[in-house]
Amino acid sequence: MVEGGGQLLLIYILRRLALMVFVLWGVTLAAFVISHVVPADPAAAALGNNAREEQLQDFRVKNGLDKPQVVQYAVYMGKLFHGDLGVSLRTQAPIAADLRQFFPATLELTLVAVVFAVLIGLPLGLIAALRHNRAPDLLARIFALVGGATPVYWLAILALNVFHERLGWLPGPGRIDAYSLAPPVRTGLVTVDALLAHDPEVFVDALRHLVLPGLVLGAFSAALLTRMTRSAMLEVLGQDYIRTARAKGLPGGRVVWKHALRNASLPILTVLGSLFGSLLTGAVLTETIFSWPGIGGYATSSAVSLDFPAVMGVTLVAGLAYSLVNLLVDLLYVGFDPRVSYA
Amino acid sequence: MLASARTLFTDRRSTLRRLLRNPGAVVGLVLLSLLLLAALLLPPLLGSPLEQNLGVRLSPPSAAHLLGTDQLGRDVLSRVANGARLSLGLGFTVMLTSLVIGLVVGLLAGLLGGWWDEALMRLTDIFLAFPGLILAMAISAALGPSLLNVMIAVALVSWPTYARLIRAQVLSLREREFIDAARALGAAQGRVALRHLLPNSVAPLLVQASFDVGSAILTAAGLGFIGFGAQPPTPEWGAMVSETRNYISQAPWASSTPALAILATVLAFNLIGDGLRDVLDPRGR
Repeated sequence: MVEGGGQLLLIYILRRLALMVFVLWGVTLAAFVISHVVPADPAAAALGNNAREEQLQDFRVKNGLDKPQVVQYAVYMGKLFHGDLGVSLRTQAPIAADLRQFFPATLELTLVAVVFAVLIGLPLGLIAALRHNRAPDLLARIFALVGGATPVYWLAILALNVFHERLGWLPGPGRIDAYSLAPPVRTGLVTVDALLAHDPEVFVDALRHLVLPGLVLGAFSAALLTRMTRSAMLEVLGQDYIRTARAKGLPGGRVVWKHALRNASLPILTVLGSLFGSLLTGAVLTETIFSWPGIGGYATSSAVSLDFPAVMGVTLVAGLAYSLVNLLVDLLYVGFDPRVSYA
Repeated sequence: MLASARTLFTDRRSTLRRLLRNPGAVVGLVLLSLLLLAALLLPPLLGSPLEQNLGVRLSPPSAAHLLGTDQLGRDVLSRVANGARLSLGLGFTVMLTSLVIGLVVGLLAGLLGGWWDEALMRLTDIFLAFPGLILAMAISAALGPSLLNVMIAVALVSWPTYARLIRAQVLSLREREFIDAARALGAAQGRVALRHLLPNSVAPLLVQASFDVGSAILTAAGLGFIGFGAQPPTPEWGAMVSETRNYISQAPWASSTPALAILATVLAFNLIGDGLRDVLDPRGR
């Protein structure tokens, strides 16, 4: 029975992966169509207004922009099948190499933001539900409402002004101090690389640099998580089995942890999954203000210079991350809630 | 027929009455009314949002400039009030555009079923997996940064939610007896969709639409902030925060006022959306 269930789960995962490949192909096609139907000239954007026509034509030939669009797409897909994302029109470096360079910074920031969001949102939502319609609930609801409506860039500007410029508690923009020597790149995550290089000073410095952008980026997610945790918990706490558990004389903490939170975990997980998508959007804005050398800044510069291959690379990576996280969330459902079965 | 029209009318009245008893929704409605009033009444009363007066640059709030001035001596209140016109107009336009696209896709998928459903839903999946802001940036950059292009870009990434919502509604409604009855009476597919399925799907659409106006305003202001939206000197809220960000220590009012305007607007729509959900779909709380 279990073996059969396992096989069916495997089939489910394989089906989802096949669907994911299809969706990602669709993302490349849609991105290609959108970036090629628009009346823009990447050659002029890359070489500037003073470039001569021959130079522009050379650039177009060199980068395959002179070929019919169907051919351009076929060439792109052919390369993509071999793991080649093409060459950036702006940096003239392979896009895969560019992404490898910039992605870890965004990943590190996003992970910290998720940690902050969970550390703030989960307990706040729990307390709000347990103290329903009392002062803590009201405060949590205000936090959820205001946090979800605050422009992330303004929060970033304020946070930098107050905690860096005025109070001097935390460092300003960048991943490490300008005078610090960056550890040799192994993972691209500065904190991990510092640990691997046995450099506790840089580790602490990198960690301190992560606090402000991480908090700012995580604030919106924390607000959403507070809201979802609260409503999921309120729904579960009103159920009969919770009343039964309480009537049986189980201690309050055990009822909350073992019975309520476990059953409220599905909607919370769903939100956590969808947060990844919004975090990347937030990262574009947060990275701009914190001079964070991540994928957000790379995407912005690529879009400005009409570097469509690079924009498509970012889109593809973001689409892949989104699809993978969603698959992971769906699979975690099985672990968290025995009622869910893909078998 | 008359009876059903009367029921619909009473339903609407009772929905509104219940909405007005929801404290959050009332706060949202009051905030939105104030913003609409400011957008409509203030611009003609105040001076031009573009008029510069370097003699009074970065002045704090005073009788002459109720919310102070920015780095070029422009009146912050006048700029924010004019910005409200742009942002509210943009929010509603984007919401309506994506609602219409989503409605068409969702209705077709739900009604036609089979291969059409599969194809349209995979298209929806593709656009859901798209990083919205990056797509919007690419479109704005390619078409040239402007408010119209921002609207196109944001609408393009917002419709999938509606498509999914309406398809789910159609799937759950189409097996119901009143739909069967309409079909048995000879109603065509289009009539069933427009007269029976759509009116019965209004509640979840209304809730989603309310949240989406706020979300579109937030995204568009974000694009404005990084330079992909309306260009200076247009008094767009996101662009205003960006223009004045370096003066946050000397003149916090210059960047905080447009930021707080964004916050208040998004908050208002979220509160109304919450209230509508409480009233229309108590299970969704």
